[in-house]
Amino acid sequence: MTATQQAPVAELGRARLRKEDARLITGQTTWTDNLQLPGMLHMAFVRSPFAHARITNVDVSGALSQPGVVAAFSGADLAAEQGSLPCAWPVTEDIVIPAHPPMAVDEVRYVGEAVAVVVARDRYAAADAAAAVDVDYEPLPPVLDMRSALEPGSPTVHEAGNKCYEWTFGGGDIDAAFAGAPVVLERTFRQQRLIPCAMEPRAVVAQWVGDQVTLWSATQIPHVLRFALAAFFGIPEQDIRVIAPDVGGGFGSKLQVTAEEVLAVLIGRKVGKPVKWTESRTEGNQTVHHGRDQWQRIRIAADTDGRLRGLDVSLLADMGAYLMLVTPGVPLLGAFMYNAIYKMDAYHFACTGVFTTKMPTDAYRGAGRPEATFAIERMMDELAAELGMEPLQLRERNWIKHEEFPYTTICGLTYDSGNYEAATAKARELFDYDTLRAEQHERNARQDPVRLGIGISTFTEMCGLAPSRVLGSLAYGAGGWEHAAIRMLPTGKVEVVTGSSAHGQGHETAWSQIVADQLGVPFEDIRVLHGDTQVSPKGMDTYGSRSLAVGGIALAQACDKVVAKARVIAAAMLEASADDLEFANGRFAVRGDPEAAKTIQEIALAAFAAHDLPEGVEPSLDSEATYDPDNFSFPHGTHLCATEVDTQTGFVTIRSYVAVDDVGVVVNPLIVEGQVHGGIAQGIAQALYEEGVYDDDGNLVTTTLADYLVPAAPDLPSYRTERTTTPASNRLGVKGVGEAGTIASTPAVVNAIVDALRPLGVRDVTMPCTPERVWRAIQAASNGGAA
Amino acid sequence: MIPAKFDYVRPASVDAAVQTLAGGGDDAKVIAGGQSLLPLLRLRLAYPTLLVDLADLDELRGVTDDGSHLLIGARTTLYQIVHDPLIREHCGLLAEAAGTVADPAVRHRATLGGSLAHADPAGDLPAVSLALDATLIARGLGGERQIPASAFFVDYLTTSLAPGEILTGIRVPKLGASWGYRYEKFHRTAQAWAIVGVAALVRRSDGQVAEARVGLTNMGSVPIRAAAVESAAVGAQASAGALQAAAAGAAEGTQPPADLHGAPDYRRHLARVLTGRALEAAAGV
Repeated sequence: MTATQQAPVAELGRARLRKEDARLITGQTTWTDNLQLPGMLHMAFVRSPFAHARITNVDVSGALSQPGVVAAFSGADLAAEQGSLPCAWPVTEDIVIPAHPPMAVDEVRYVGEAVAVVVARDRYAAADAAAAVDVDYEPLPPVLDMRSALEPGSPTVHEAGNKCYEWTFGGGDIDAAFAGAPVVLERTFRQQRLIPCAMEPRAVVAQWVGDQVTLWSATQIPHVLRFALAAFFGIPEQDIRVIAPDVGGGFGSKLQVTAEEVLAVLIGRKVGKPVKWTESRTEGNQTVHHGRDQWQRIRIAADTDGRLRGLDVSLLADMGAYLMLVTPGVPLLGAFMYNAIYKMDAYHFACTGVFTTKMPTDAYRGAGRPEATFAIERMMDELAAELGMEPLQLRERNWIKHEEFPYTTICGLTYDSGNYEAATAKARELFDYDTLRAEQHERNARQDPVRLGIGISTFTEMCGLAPSRVLGSLAYGAGGWEHAAIRMLPTGKVEVVTGSSAHGQGHETAWSQIVADQLGVPFEDIRVLHGDTQVSPKGMDTYGSRSLAVGGIALAQACDKVVAKARVIAAAMLEASADDLEFANGRFAVRGDPEAAKTIQEIALAAFAAHDLPEGVEPSLDSEATYDPDNFSFPHGTHLCATEVDTQTGFVTIRSYVAVDDVGVVVNPLIVEGQVHGGIAQGIAQALYEEGVYDDDGNLVTTTLADYLVPAAPDLPSYRTERTTTPASNRLGVKGVGEAGTIASTPAVVNAIVDALRPLGVRDVTMPCTPERVWRAIQAASNGGAA
Repeated sequence: MIPAKFDYVRPASVDAAVQTLAGGGDDAKVIAGGQSLLPLLRLRLAYPTLLVDLADLDELRGVTDDGSHLLIGARTTLYQIVHDPLIREHCGLLAEAAGTVADPAVRHRATLGGSLAHADPAGDLPAVSLALDATLIARGLGGERQIPASAFFVDYLTTSLAPGEILTGIRVPKLGASWGYRYEKFHRTAQAWAIVGVAALVRRSDGQVAEARVGLTNMGSVPIRAAAVESAAVGAQASAGALQAAAAGAAEGTQPPADLHGAPDYRRHLARVLTGRALEAAAGV
C-alpha cells in the first residue's frame, strides 16, 4: 500500500442501506400486476365452494354471453392438455402421489379448487362473468381431521386411501435409551395450519409469440418453474422464458408450481393473446399453499441429572388434498433437527403423511425446522420442570460444547461450527435473566393476577439448502447448487448475475458488497441481475436460507476466476511475471514496485479491446461459477422472551425479547437485522395470532386479514438483538439467516406463557395461544384437570 | 378491489344527496369514508346499484359547541375526533374510543356517521354513542329527524334510518369535570375488531358513584347498555371492590356471538372483567 493508495472501507460487514429499497417501497417498479401488454386479457377463476364433491356438470355458456368475455373453459375442456402439477419429492418408494390436474375435472377436493376459468377484456368483466358459470356438484364427505382420516371406515380423499406415506429415520438404539430410563416424558403438540401472507399477492402474465412463451410470475423459483413447465407440460424448454420481476415476499409460498401459472400458459396459447391473473387476498388465503399442520407426539428419556438418553418423535403431517412441489418433504427437513443442539444416545423419527380435503401444505418459512425446534425446546422446558432443574442449566448440561465442533449429531449431520455458551451468556446478560427470575418468584409468591413468564429457545437450524448428494439420498428431484456470473463491462463497471431469485432479501445490495470487496470495484459500479431465465440462465432460486450460504460462495468463486484471468493479462501489460503481482483493492501491482500497477478496470478494457492479449487468452474478463455445498449451514442462537399473562382475561403481552443470533460472518448487518426482526415477528405470529381454520364442512373461515390475524407493528415488542460470530466453514464464513428468527421465536414465546402459568397447574397451551385458549387453560388447571 | 358494477354520484349539497338517494331506490347506498362498505364491495357481499358519495359535503364535517351539547358532523373523521379539542374536553370517551379503531390510515378516512350508520355491533362507536346518550340527526325528503341512540340500533347492521334518510350529525351532551370515562377494548391485535368492548362513564360525588352509564360492544346483535351494572353502581363506593361487584351483572341479558376469537361464555366473562376495569378507571380508582 502506497501513501497515495487509500485503502477503501471493507464492504463486508458494512451496514449499507439497500440499493433496491427506493423502488420497492414506493412501488415504482415492475410488479407482475403492473404489467400491461397490448391486447392483454384477464382471467377469473370459478372455484369450488365444496370441500369434496363430484363435478356432474360445468356450463360456461352463461359466462360466454356476458359483455367483454372472450372465452371460458372448464376442467374437462382442458383435460387433454393440462397434465398434472408436479411433486418433486417422492419421499418413499410407495408414496401415493395422486393426479393433480391444474383445474379439477371430475372431483374437487378442497374449497377454492379451480373448476372453470373465464377470460375477458378486463378484470371486472371476468369477475362478473365467473359468477355466471353454472357448476353442478354432488357433495361427497369431507375429510378434515388427519387423525380420524387414518381410522378404518373414514371417508377417503383419493381412491388409494388417506395415507400418503410413512417415513422413518433414526440413530442409536432407541429401545435401549428408553428401557430403564429414570425419567420419560411424553407430550403431544399441535402445529397449527398457517397461511403465508406475502405482501404481494400471486400474479401471473403469460404471453405467446409464435412457439415461444414468456411467463411473468410473482415466484421465488423462475428456474425451477421453467424446468417444470418443460418437463411436465410438454413445452420445449428452449421455448420458455420465465421472469420473476420484483417480487414482494414469498416465505416459501412462492416456491411452487401453481395451477394458475400452468393454466395461464395453456390458456394464453388457446386464446392467442397475453393473459393476466392476480389473486385477491381471499383467493390467496384459500389457494396459496399452507404451512405447518402437524400433530407431534414427542417422548423424551433422561437420567435424573438431566442427561438426555433418547428422543422419539412421531408425527402426523397434513398433506392437504394433493402433493405439491415439496409437500411430502417438509416434515423430513425437520427430521434432522429434533435433536437440535443436544447430545443424546438415540433418536427415532416417524412421520405419516395424511390426505385431507384442505388446501395442500408445503414449504413455509422454516419448513419442518420450526416444528422440530418448537417440539424440542418445549420438551426441554417440560423436562426441566419435571426434574426441578433450571431450564438453561438443563440445556447446557446437554448441548454440544464449543470445543467439540465439528460435531456429528445422532442424525449424522456434521455441525461445522457453533458456540452455544457464548450466545447464551450474551442473551442472559442482555435479558437481565436473574433479575427477571427474582421478580417472577416474588409475583408468584403474592399471586399476582398478571403472571410473569420466561421462555427460552436455544436453537440451531440446518439451512443453506443443500448438498446435492444429500438431496439425492432423500429422493428430492433436483440438486442444491447455485450459480453466479460476473460480466466485466468494458468501462470497468460490473454486472453480477445470480441464480438465486431475491424477493425482498436484498441480494442487489449484499451481492454488490461481496463483489466490491473481491474485485476492488466501487459498490456503486455494480449492478445485480436476477429473476429472468434469459438473463440468468442457471439457478436453483431462493428458499431455505440458501442464497448467501450457497449462491454467495458461487459468487466469490466467480470473482476468483475474474481475478485469476485479470492477473495473466495484467502480467502481460506490466511485462512482469504473474507470480510477482499482488492484487489488492482492485489493483495488480508488481511486488517491490507498487507504482507499476494496473487496475481491474484498465484490464477489463484491455480484455475487451483484445489487442495485446497473451497467447491463448480469450477476450473478455467474464466468468461464471457453480457451487455445490458440501454441508448445510447451521446458524444458531439463544432467544429469551418475557411475557406478562393476564390470568383474568388470558391476554399475553410480550414484555421483552432478546435475540442473540450467530449467523457467522455478516455481509450487511442491516439486512441481517431486518431478517431477524421479520423472522421473530413471523414466529411470534404462530405462537400468538395466526391459524388457518376450516369449519366442519371444510370451508376456510380465515379468508380475510380480519380473521387471519397477522400481527403488525403495534402488536410486537421492540426486540433487543445482538450477535455472536462463529464463522462457518465455507470460504466466506457465512450462514443463512432468512429463517432463523422464525424457527427460534415460537417456542420462546410459548415457553414463556407456560412458564408464567405453571404455578397455576398449566402445562401447555395450544397455538395460537389466543386469550381465550390461555384463559381456558387456566380454568381447566384450576378445576383440577390437566390443561 | 374488483367489485360488481355500480353507478356513482357525488352530490354538492345535503339536499341533493337526499334527493339522489331517494331516487336511487332500495339498492342505493351512501358512502362516506368507505371503512365498512369497501370491504363488503371487495368481497361482493354488497351489490349496490348506486353509491351516493358524501365526499363533497364539507358542511357535514366538524364540531360545534351549542352550550349544552356538541354537534359533530357525520363526516367528521375518526382522526379529527381523536384530536378535536372540544371533543377531548367535553366527551373524551368518544375521542378515546375512536383512537382504538383500526389503524391510522383507516382513521383518516373513516367517519363517525359511517361508523354509526353501519351499525356493526362489533364497531366501537355505537356502544359509545349509547353510553353518551347521543342523539342522531337524520335528513330525508320529509325533513330532519332526531333519533336517540337508544332507538337507533335496531338489529345487526340495521338502524332505524328510513330508506332515503342520511345521517347528518350527532349531538352529544357535554360532560362536566365530575365525569370520568374509559373505553376498555379487548382485541387480539391492534387492528382487529373488539372481542368485547366496554364504554363506561362515571360521575363521582363524595367518594360515591352518583351516576354510571355503561355501553357494551359486541355482546349481542346491537350495542347495548348494561342496565344491571348501571343500577348496581349508583350509590356504590368508588372502590375497586364495590365497582367489581357492580360489574358482576355485566353479562345479564346479553347474547354475545360465537366466532374464532371467542365463544359466548368467554365473552360474558370478559364483559364482567372489562366492565370492572372500565368502571374503576372511569371512577378514578
